[in-house]
Amino acid sequence: MSDKKQKNRRDFIFTATAAAGAVGVGAAVWPLVDQMNPDASVKALASTEVDISSVKPGQSITVVWRGKPVFIKRRTQDEINKARSVSLDELKHPEKDEDRVKNPEWLVMLGICTHLGCVPLSDKGEYDGWFCPCHGSHYDTSGRIRKGPAPINMEIPEYVFLNDNTIKIG
Amino acid sequence: MSDSHYIPKSKVGKWFNDRLPLLTLANHLTDYPTPKNLNYWWTFGGILTFCLITQIVTGLVLAMHYVADTKLAFASVEHIMRDVNYGWLIRYVHANGASMFFLAVYIHIFRSLFYGSYKSPREIIWIIGIIIYLLMMAAAFMGYVLPWGQMSYWGATVITNLFSAIPFIGEGITTWLWGGFSVDNPTLTRFYALHYLIPFLILGLVVLHIWALHVPGNNNPVGIEIKKPSNDTVPFHPYIVIKDAFALLLFMIVFAFFVFYTPNILGHADNYIEANPLVTPAHIVPEWYLLPFYAILRSVPDKLMGVIAMFSAILILVALPWLDTSKVRSAVFRPLYKQFYWILVLDVLVLGYVGAMPAEGLYLLVARIATAYYFIHFLIILPFLGLIEKTNPVPLSITEPVLAGAAMATKSAGENKIENNLKSLG
Amino acid sequence: MKKLASLFILFTSILFFQNQSISAEKPKFLETDWTFKGLFGKYDRGALQRGYQVYTEVCAACHSMQYLSYRNLAEPGGPEFTEEEAKFIAASFEVLDGPNSDGEMFTRPAKLSDKFVMPYENVEASKAANGGAYPPDMSVLAKARKGGADYIYSLLLGYDEPPADIKLDDGVYYNKFMYGNKIKMSAPLSDGLVEYNDGTEATKEQMAKDITTFLMWSAEPHLETRHKTGFRVIVYLIILSVLVYLTMKKIWSRVETKI
Repeated sequence: MSDKKQKNRRDFIFTATAAAGAVGVGAAVWPLVDQMNPDASVKALASTEVDISSVKPGQSITVVWRGKPVFIKRRTQDEINKARSVSLDELKHPEKDEDRVKNPEWLVMLGICTHLGCVPLSDKGEYDGWFCPCHGSHYDTSGRIRKGPAPINMEIPEYVFLNDNTIKIG
Repeated sequence: MSDSHYIPKSKVGKWFNDRLPLLTLANHLTDYPTPKNLNYWWTFGGILTFCLITQIVTGLVLAMHYVADTKLAFASVEHIMRDVNYGWLIRYVHANGASMFFLAVYIHIFRSLFYGSYKSPREIIWIIGIIIYLLMMAAAFMGYVLPWGQMSYWGATVITNLFSAIPFIGEGITTWLWGGFSVDNPTLTRFYALHYLIPFLILGLVVLHIWALHVPGNNNPVGIEIKKPSNDTVPFHPYIVIKDAFALLLFMIVFAFFVFYTPNILGHADNYIEANPLVTPAHIVPEWYLLPFYAILRSVPDKLMGVIAMFSAILILVALPWLDTSKVRSAVFRPLYKQFYWILVLDVLVLGYVGAMPAEGLYLLVARIATAYYFIHFLIILPFLGLIEKTNPVPLSITEPVLAGAAMATKSAGENKIENNLKSLG
Repeated sequence: MKKLASLFILFTSILFFQNQSISAEKPKFLETDWTFKGLFGKYDRGALQRGYQVYTEVCAACHSMQYLSYRNLAEPGGPEFTEEEAKFIAASFEVLDGPNSDGEMFTRPAKLSDKFVMPYENVEASKAANGGAYPPDMSVLAKARKGGADYIYSLLLGYDEPPADIKLDDGVYYNKFMYGNKIKMSAPLSDGLVEYNDGTEATKEQMAKDITTFLMWSAEPHLETRHKTGFRVIVYLIILSVLVYLTMKKIWSRVETKI
């Protein structure tokens, strides 16, 4: 009886030691992993303000936000109409143009192809929007994927119009 | 070795092991017969392995954020300390880790000196150890340059200028080391590259160090050759593993105390001032672990001779297995050597102390006496001591004196002495 | 073992007396109670906020703090201004930005992500404006001086009339705690120099203590996390040591050797 008790106690100590050791190793590994996450100075650069007063209808500018290109396109009425006349059934990733813009004249989106991260060329492709030269994805004037390997539409970042001439991204 | 006939139980294991005998190696390492009377001074081998791994891992992480450029290095270290997630922790572990590494290596070396672990048949283990120690000093020195503080810069200047003492080609060598006409950007980038390389050289040498150890097996506090495996040994796992783990944890508590509560106490305040080639700090001292050699360097009034003395102080250790002529390994059975051993320990501590003090007046005198004694110990005392010293009787096995003592009714004076000696092993 | 102990005592006593004789030459640092020392030391938020005020109103005219950003003022473990307050503080400074789309540099109000604005464009300019002496950058000053916070606190209050045997040039001042006793910075603090927003009386000692706390934080912004983590780590290591010790005893009980 006491032999068994002794054995149980021994097993308990072995298990407790191993468990406590494992917890410690886990805790020690975390800082080594977390150091690769964005640091405090990177996180602080989360927003960019852009002056759009000099962009004419039909033109687009590219600005850098968090190290990535953001397309700001001032669309013509023709382009807006084209984007809005498409029925959702034709779309691979159905989204209304109205849901992708805050002001129909201005399309603000991340200029990154959702396939493998290349930057698409503007005013190219079969839908007069963007065309990604890497693997041939075609986007329309609302930045929606219409043809090619990309799975979803180009992403819309968080942004606000501070006034008529300034957009704050992020 | 007895384990060369190891056959894995599982079929897959056997298939793999026939092609790459990793399981045989693992089996050898776990079953490795270790003297069962090893004391805690023997745990520092495992502790040093931990130190090396810690330095490599934290160093790898720091390298992801550090920039080796004289204009950016200091700022990048501040970036690590302020902005990088856990950057402060990782850098403090790395910086204090260097000191802890040296603390452990000094204990390891002095353990070897006390118990005669450098003697036949373990000379190669000892010499590889000395090379590792030299590489450690090189790595530590170059690592200290990387933050590009005042001590980094002036330490680099002073140490590289040592080479200018070499006749005729000295100036050329110094310029070559610098890659310019003073310590500057080319120096920093090459030190960074070498600082990254050296730990892996050390790692390779550690493998050889352990390999060479596993041929004759461990020395032990009694210093006698023992039959392996036998009554005198225990398998490495779990006996030695758990003991090493316990000692390592105690070591880590000390380590943690430095890292979390006095992270800068072993460093120098001037190294938080960015390097300035126009202003030398009032008082230049190397890190504490290099102080004894620094004292030897400064105690010789001639530039070239000082450098030679400093390097000889380390290289003389390579010849130690042949300078010590005594057949008995452990100081436990060498009453005279034991005294001289402690005098040497004191001598090195004194050297370390005067190395941190200004080289003038009484300090210089003490440094000179201590330097002279250091060489006298190895070159004169050790060779003669082996010839004249009357050693105490050495037991035939680790268990023997105890068993023999129990069996016999009366004890001879020699056996009494053995028991006392064994008691003093702690 | 006995011998080792006696050698150790001998050696430490040498060290001790040595330190005594060294410290006898220099005046002892002024004493004050820092909240950030000790195992659980934390910064005094009020002191940090007041210290920042002293920095901007007094020190910042000459001393830069190039490694600090305005966002640091709102980060945990620091002065912990609210984000709005920190934004407001930042916006009161102008920073140079650009080039804009016309290729020109322009100034704009600082944002949280900007570094502290520097009083001079470079070290040479700061020297030219200060009689050849460079007012050191203060971001890590508290770690860059032997004695750290105690030294800075003492230095700020260590101005005195020079002894008769010391002659001072113009623009050089006597300070008990400065290396060589000569300093090119005139006494920066005087009673009532700033008016604290929180109503604390701005005595010289109070300001010295506040600015020193602020400098200690700027040199060691993660000190509070470090202390907290350290306590946990050490407690954990002690518990694990006990467990491993018990395990070791159990394992070694199979052989008769003592450990």
